[in-house]
Amino acid sequence: MMSQSLTMLPDLVLAAMLIGLAWAALSSDDLRRGVVLFIAFGLLLAIVWARLHAPDLALAEAAIGAGLSGALLLVALRDEAGGKETAGRVSQVSRWMVDLFALIMACLIGWVLWLTMYAEPAERLAQLANSMLEHSGVSNPVTAVLLNYRAYDTLLELVVVLTAVLGVLVVGRERRGYRQAGPVFCGLVHWLVPLLIVTAGYLLWVGAHAPGGAFQAGATLAAAGIVLRLAGNDAAGLLDGMLLRWSLVAGIGLFLLVGLGVTINGGLFLQYPEAWSGSLILVIESAATASIAAALVLAYRGGRPDGWLSVADYDNNREVSR
Amino acid sequence: MTQVLLYALTGAVLFMLGVRAALLRDTVLPRLLALNVSGAGVFLIFVSLAYRGDSLPTDPVPHALVLTGLVVAVSATALALALNRRLREMDNE
Repeated sequence: MMSQSLTMLPDLVLAAMLIGLAWAALSSDDLRRGVVLFIAFGLLLAIVWARLHAPDLALAEAAIGAGLSGALLLVALRDEAGGKETAGRVSQVSRWMVDLFALIMACLIGWVLWLTMYAEPAERLAQLANSMLEHSGVSNPVTAVLLNYRAYDTLLELVVVLTAVLGVLVVGRERRGYRQAGPVFCGLVHWLVPLLIVTAGYLLWVGAHAPGGAFQAGATLAAAGIVLRLAGNDAAGLLDGMLLRWSLVAGIGLFLLVGLGVTINGGLFLQYPEAWSGSLILVIESAATASIAAALVLAYRGGRPDGWLSVADYDNNREVSR
Repeated sequence: MTQVLLYALTGAVLFMLGVRAALLRDTVLPRLLALNVSGAGVFLIFVSLAYRGDSLPTDPVPHALVLTGLVVAVSATALALALNRRLREMDNE
């Protein structure tokens, strides 16, 4: 009994710190403070994922949840500065309503948890997923789920990412870049960026049999782009023009090509032939890594690259040329 | 099992905190922050249910779902931030 309560101690501390950090981030009136606390919250969450035996998620959370979300929010703070705040008062009645709503939601979640854990423990997919692993072409079960069993989901997820970045491109121009960084930061960039690129390549490759994969690799590559932009490279290491557009759709394109190829050879859509599945997954993941990294870096740049015309610009140009 | 319960309840609390703050705050950035926290709460519930003690392998299906969710969450945040910036520019014009 004693030993069990001792092993629970780190979990209790982690849970308390998570709630405390979330509370502090959400109740802080200073936005910058809130965002920094949110980044700390993300890093703590990464430790919790590791504790819950989810190393794939720990990697992704550290890179995406804490790193990229934090970077996006921090750069958005810069736009807020100088803008006028339109703070309205929230009435006491709506506060009560929101508290009541939160209470009802809490009861519902509690009920669902009780159902799943005690009342009707349903059959889990875990056993099926793990028993079919040898046919999936990879030995990391999470990669197998993402790119083999539920490849449809991942394809559609890449579509979601592309849609979001198209939205970002449509609504505005990119932010102004930063001035050239000083020698110390440039010195850091000179070894940090290659290190990040090599790490991304490693994560991509190792994802087949150990924690890693396209998402973690893409996020790491995007981090390299963000570091470059902070050092004064306005393009953030991205290619220009047509090549950038191609790299944005490379993941979806290859996914669809593989799907169609399999269908033409008599299989079902995205049901890879077993002998080929390992290499097909690696090819798809490589393209997806490039697409995810390009999308995330473009989102960080905050809009259309300067050379790209919007629909309105295009129409104006046509008017002029007439 | 107690660990699962502890983290699932923590996830529920985070979700509550996030939803409450998202409804009560009146500017865009704190709301986005709050939605991200409530998303993290949902992820925590999923992953805690995937954990089945040290002896059994964890369930990879919720892990894959959460991995997908993380990337979707950051894309949605980026889109929301871009829309917010555009609104701000239009206000200033």
